[in-house]
Amino acid sequence: MSVLDHLPVLPVVVPLVAAPACALLPKGTPAWGFATFVSWVTFVLAAILLITVAEAGTLTYALGGWQAPLGIVYRIDLSGAIVMALVAGMAAFVFPYARQSVLKEIGEAQSPAFYSAFLVCLTGLMGVVATGDAFNVFVFLEISSLSTYALVAMGARQDRRALTAAFTYLVLGTIGATFFVIGLGLLYQMTGTLNMLDMHERLAGQDNKVIRAAFAFIVTGLGLKLAMFPLHRWLPDAYTFAPSAVTAFLASTATKVAVYAMLRFLFTVFGFSTAFSNVAFGLFMVLGLVGMFAASLIAVFRIDVKQMLAFSSVAQVGYMLLGISFATADGVAAALVHIVNHALMKSALFMAVGCVFYAVGSHRLSAYKGIGKRLPFTAGCFVIAGLSLVGVPLTAGFVSKFVLIEAALDATLPVPSLLIVFLIVASSLLAVAYVGRVAYAMFLEDPPAQADGSPAPAISVPFGMLVPMALLTAANVYVGIDAEGLVSLCRQAGDALMAAGFGGIAL
Amino acid sequence: MILTSEAAILAALLLPLIGMIGVMLADRSPDLREGITLFTAVSTFVLVLLVFLDVAHGGRPEVTLLEMLPGLDIRFAVEPLGALFALIASGLWIVNSAYSIGYMRGNDEKGQTRFYMSFAAAITAALGIAFAGNLLTFFVFYEALTLSTFPLVTHKRDAKARAGGRIYLGILIGTSIGLLLPAVIWTYVLTGTTEFQLGGLFAGVADFRGPVPLILLGLFAFGIGKAALMPFHPWLPNAMVAPTPVSAFLHAVAVVKAGVFGVLKVALYVFGADTIRETGIGEPFVWIACLSILVASAIAMTQDNLKARLAYSTVSQLSYVTLGAMLATKVGILGGATQIAAHALGKMTLFMCAGAIYTAAHHSLISDMRGTGRAMPWTWTAYIIGACSIIGLPPMAGSWPKFFLMIGSLDAGHQFVVVVLILSSLMNIVYLLAPAVRAFMDPPPVSQTGNANGHASGVREAPLWCLFPAWTTALGTIALFFFMDDLVRYLEPLLP
Repeated sequence: MSVLDHLPVLPVVVPLVAAPACALLPKGTPAWGFATFVSWVTFVLAAILLITVAEAGTLTYALGGWQAPLGIVYRIDLSGAIVMALVAGMAAFVFPYARQSVLKEIGEAQSPAFYSAFLVCLTGLMGVVATGDAFNVFVFLEISSLSTYALVAMGARQDRRALTAAFTYLVLGTIGATFFVIGLGLLYQMTGTLNMLDMHERLAGQDNKVIRAAFAFIVTGLGLKLAMFPLHRWLPDAYTFAPSAVTAFLASTATKVAVYAMLRFLFTVFGFSTAFSNVAFGLFMVLGLVGMFAASLIAVFRIDVKQMLAFSSVAQVGYMLLGISFATADGVAAALVHIVNHALMKSALFMAVGCVFYAVGSHRLSAYKGIGKRLPFTAGCFVIAGLSLVGVPLTAGFVSKFVLIEAALDATLPVPSLLIVFLIVASSLLAVAYVGRVAYAMFLEDPPAQADGSPAPAISVPFGMLVPMALLTAANVYVGIDAEGLVSLCRQAGDALMAAGFGGIAL
Repeated sequence: MILTSEAAILAALLLPLIGMIGVMLADRSPDLREGITLFTAVSTFVLVLLVFLDVAHGGRPEVTLLEMLPGLDIRFAVEPLGALFALIASGLWIVNSAYSIGYMRGNDEKGQTRFYMSFAAAITAALGIAFAGNLLTFFVFYEALTLSTFPLVTHKRDAKARAGGRIYLGILIGTSIGLLLPAVIWTYVLTGTTEFQLGGLFAGVADFRGPVPLILLGLFAFGIGKAALMPFHPWLPNAMVAPTPVSAFLHAVAVVKAGVFGVLKVALYVFGADTIRETGIGEPFVWIACLSILVASAIAMTQDNLKARLAYSTVSQLSYVTLGAMLATKVGILGGATQIAAHALGKMTLFMCAGAIYTAAHHSLISDMRGTGRAMPWTWTAYIIGACSIIGLPPMAGSWPKFFLMIGSLDAGHQFVVVVLILSSLMNIVYLLAPAVRAFMDPPPVSQTGNANGHASGVREAPLWCLFPAWTTALGTIALFFFMDDLVRYLEPLLP
């Protein structure tokens, strides 16, 4: 039982220790096998953590036994546990998927380094969520970002533009992190502590230019990390040119963890005791709505399916920001529900894209013609996940939209709730457009003929790639049919976050 | 009862899907495949008949399929109007399947397995709409109907079919997500539920007057794009790129009737006839429906392609149902509901005759069909019967809805509607009977050399498997004329 005493920190430490070990393993299957095993162990740990927190309440763990405010304390509440389980779950699905995909796209020689970087990324993401120390958030955020830059760059084997994309991501990501750490520095100056709960107590009731500046820097820095419009410029290129497995993982986790960090800072550190939180909420509503429409509109006109889905991700982040901007427990719950559902949708979609890339070697829309006949299973999964993205009833996406609409109707907002509802519905129409284009190409157009006129060759996708994709697609439908468990869990988490925000600390 | 109505509802929805898988598996043996389709059609009809009889005797079976969230469930609750629509759809599916088999084989069409599979899926969707117990269920199956009929519309896979399919999908999904879905959400916001309730949901809502009810009714009326209320009608003429069995069944019976059924159901079960009358929100839509009736008829007169002419005629005839719903008087609603049955039979006859003419003589343009009456007397006689039903002449069924609508509009104080209906009948005579008259009276076109019998060469009577279904529905219109009394009694519980 002594191992489980350290449960809050295990999901962070296990991949951290495993990463350098993985780099030393022989290339190919051993590296992949070890990394997959570690991801599954992490998932089991995160699942146990979620169950424990759901029953027993927030877990606190002092690293090394050093107590707050001097030591680094890990604090995992229900929303954190949900996100940790989600990230670990996504890793557990993507790692098995990655085997053939990585062999094809990156090659065997670099696979130990690749899996090692992947594990470091997983560590970083888990750490951001688990920790209760503000500077620790920065450290883990940078750990995950740096490994992500390397992972994105590994797509250069297939397309040299991955290098530029990774470099752009590096520059912009570092700018964001710098803003964030400047904000942290200002907060430290004002409060003298880096522990988030402690900060909250010391900030309570205070309002001066330094705190406002800190708030602005932190929101901007995290806004860039979560690809809030118009700080999203790094995302489309990074997602498009990264290896398929990397995109599938990042799209479902990286921005979500940044959203979680934003929630943590907005509600746990600053809370409503600061008068200017309302500025942030207003900003989120506007930028969320603009992002939803602008990004969806850009997505409609893309000719590269991966790029289209990347812009779609920016739009989906807009939904989460919209939920947060309502400043109600239901709104936060809606954001959490969408964090989970969007991860399910996007990972399934990008996995399908990866399967097609494996088979035909391209992710341009023109290569998708006739895929419905050549790869029916993959095409079917793409369509189902696409319907979930649109928000068709009986899929996870509908549950997200419904919970968001309910939250909008219950909240008192500066604009009429009905207007927000109609805007949410209108943006779904744009999703129909871009998902429809791909579905049309897949099912209603003939496969491109060969240069010599012969029919397109038979193609197939390995079982190891189809199974995780199928499971994630099925998860979409399952959540669409029976969403009660997820929604009530997220509502509980949302209530806890809001309670913390109002001055009382939910322990 | 061997089977409870609740079980029959679920079985009727499931059976076409099982049949669809059966068709897919029987891809290699066409005769077995067609047999599966026919068997599924007959069995589904029997199940629906069970439900219909239960409803006719006052039963209101209900079954909840699944509950997604508290307050959000997929639920079926059958009432007279829905049971009627389900009976018409499943019954005519049998007739249409027989016609499809002959037509597809006669014209050696490709992709027949996909064709029959999509039909089966579309029937499930139509039955789901008929049996829906709340707006959410209605919306889900409404979308399923659009998606399952899309492969049927684009069946030929050429550029024209794809273009038609794009307009079809664009308008239907655009109206449903852009207008109908907000209307459903708005209803939920105002009343806290989306369950269908006779007499409407808004009785308890305070101060339900002014622009809000009007806009809401408009969102429903235009959002249910399958009702083809102008100006959201272009999908219907564009869907004529589909093979004729598709046009005959889906765009005379299942898809369009699902649309107007939806409008009528919303009028009765979401708004309530009394609410519509008292708040007067039906007024503008009475005008729009009348405009739709007249303009669509006018456009029909200019069409030389027979299927296009019939499509615009359908737009016009569908607006009769919308008219009845918006008049919201007892007899007006009766007119709308009976029109669903009468028009289905009449229009299906007309489309099947059009398909027969295409198969036998390879003509799609009316100007080419002159003089073919002598060679194809049976086809054209069935056509005339169907046309008379649409025009509204006794003893064909279509005369009753027209009569009811005239009385209903007088009840509501709208004398001009009577004028509109008479004008519509006159226009119908012109554009529907003219082709038949010219087929019989005119000599064959000079470009065709005649043989000894005076028939144009290459024109013979349509094959039996085309004529038989067409005559079945044609005789059906005459039979319904005499059984209208029973239908009216059956629909009593709906009326205010």
